[in-house]
Amino acid sequence: MEKTKQAKTPLTKMEKKIRAKAIFNRWKAWLYLLPALVILGLFTVWPIINTLRIAFLNDYNGLMEVGGATFSVGVKNFATVLKDPSFLTSLGNTMLLTVITVPVSTMLALLIAVALNSIKPLRRLLQTIFFLPYVTNSIAIGMVFMAMFNMVLLKGHEPISLGIINTIIEAFGGTRINWVNAGSSKVANMVVLIFYIVWNALPFKILVLLGGLQGVNKQYYDAARVDGASRWRIFWRITVPMLSPMIAYVVITGFIGGFKEYTSIVGIFGDRMGPVGADGSLNTMVGMIYDSLNDGSQGIASAAALILFVIIFIVTMINLYVSKKKVHY
Amino acid sequence: METDNMEKIETPSAAEEKSKGMAEKDIKKTARLQLVGKIFVQIGLYLFLTVMAVIVLFPFYWMLISSLKSVEEYNALRPTLWPEQFVWSNYSMIFDPTKTGGLDLGRMFLNTVYVGIVSTILSLIVTVLSAFALSRLEFRGKNALFAALLATMMIPGELFTVTNYITVVNWLNWGNTFAALIVPFLVSVFYIYLLRQNFLQIPNELYLAAKVDGTSDLKYLWRVMIPLAAPSLVSITILKMMGAWNSYIWPKLVTDDSTYQLITVGLRELGTRLSSNASSPNFPAQMAAVVLVTVPLLIVFIFFRKYIMRGVSRSGTKG
Repeated sequence: MEKTKQAKTPLTKMEKKIRAKAIFNRWKAWLYLLPALVILGLFTVWPIINTLRIAFLNDYNGLMEVGGATFSVGVKNFATVLKDPSFLTSLGNTMLLTVITVPVSTMLALLIAVALNSIKPLRRLLQTIFFLPYVTNSIAIGMVFMAMFNMVLLKGHEPISLGIINTIIEAFGGTRINWVNAGSSKVANMVVLIFYIVWNALPFKILVLLGGLQGVNKQYYDAARVDGASRWRIFWRITVPMLSPMIAYVVITGFIGGFKEYTSIVGIFGDRMGPVGADGSLNTMVGMIYDSLNDGSQGIASAAALILFVIIFIVTMINLYVSKKKVHY
Repeated sequence: METDNMEKIETPSAAEEKSKGMAEKDIKKTARLQLVGKIFVQIGLYLFLTVMAVIVLFPFYWMLISSLKSVEEYNALRPTLWPEQFVWSNYSMIFDPTKTGGLDLGRMFLNTVYVGIVSTILSLIVTVLSAFALSRLEFRGKNALFAALLATMMIPGELFTVTNYITVVNWLNWGNTFAALIVPFLVSVFYIYLLRQNFLQIPNELYLAAKVDGTSDLKYLWRVMIPLAAPSLVSITILKMMGAWNSYIWPKLVTDDSTYQLITVGLRELGTRLSSNASSPNFPAQMAAVVLVTVPLLIVFIFFRKYIMRGVSRSGTKG
């Protein structure tokens, strides 16, 4: 009785204000999140759903859909990707680059990090130098690597300039190699790419590994030294196991990054993805996605993106499985 | 340090004079050997690090000196290690569309700066508001939402690109607009995460005290949380700016009109146009453009080294 009576009496201004505030307080968190959620919804959540949808719509094209066209459901896009001869090339290139650059860059980064951790003077300066490649534009520095390996060919035949790398090779008594010009071998192209990708991958790995090293308890080293363990033994028996979580981290992110390799190749070879006359010979999985997108075959691009996602997922799972067995936490 | 240990071992020995003298000699000898070994190891370490540092720095050096050579000098059979004369006109040349095959690189630089500044400011606002809600406010489903946000970080960006291209170009009709370059990347879950962690370190008592005093949320956010989280905000600003400066794939997909193109796309195109001209490929001008794209980032890095390295060590991937 009492309650209904109270509700009927008109609310005072104060009461109204308090009630409005309570409602506002309940919803204000969502108000703060609104801009982020709208944008994430449109550009992150929707793409996850839609990419799955259009990958299974045969010959899907966005512009045609806007125009009112409909598409049959099927797996034709996946078949097109898997049957495309450039798929095997791209997959092979991507795997080869990843399988070589990840171990090489991890090992080099580990050596550099350990060396940096064992010196005092100049450490900060060297640390800064080793981080420099990170703050660069992969396209821009790719063009520099291209210039270093490139020979300037007059009318496409006799070199008028050997380029600095070939000059260095000849100075040490080697013979010049056609690294990136027309007619260059794929092995030579790959060496240049590996060199560049490792150069680019070092800073992040050194940063993470050095951070890990600085967290290792010095007592382990002191104990090992009292026992007369050699440096080599200390490295393999203490440093590597203590760092294993960080090593696993840089290897996993390295593999993920490796499977998405694209801009470093564009930087050196341009978007023809290969030396002159061998367009697409160095294409990668990501390159394939963008090729299909540029052709207007967005269904095929989606299928290729999903295939890439599945490959990355499987490789990451293998990595996690291996590191679970090897990593000492 | 090792010699210290040796001396400690030596002192308590109460053996006879002769053998003590022998032992002392032996110990001094091994100590000296160890010191020599240590010096050799140090020399080896510095040698290794110097060689690696030279390899890391060489492309920067090569880019700088090549950008100042004349085309004739650049095309010498064996390249010179220092320019005979500095040709500064390589730098002015790349801003002249008639000499770059029609590319307006000056305009592209301005576009990039504009996109970088606008997207950073908008991104900071959105990130601060979301991180505040996720760290200070209580609401139903907060943990589930945060977990869902983090889960999206595991999906490779390429998966988004295809649909985003359709959304932006076919549905929103944003091809060749700045909106297409800015809006899709305004929200980064990683930045929200980074800032939320920083906000969580600020004691909740401060917030409650502010509430008792009747301070509004926004005022509290502006006066207390933002200043205290400044280091994270600086990291986010720099990483976002670097992202805009280096972005290539998306800008290339959604713009083909130089009024809206960004510098990296222009740079790559310049490389193709200047070297495909078989009769006189102009590498020095190309390198000058590369220097102009690279050096601003290096300068930013030197000033904000700490913030960049902190942000990067947590982010995992480049760009």
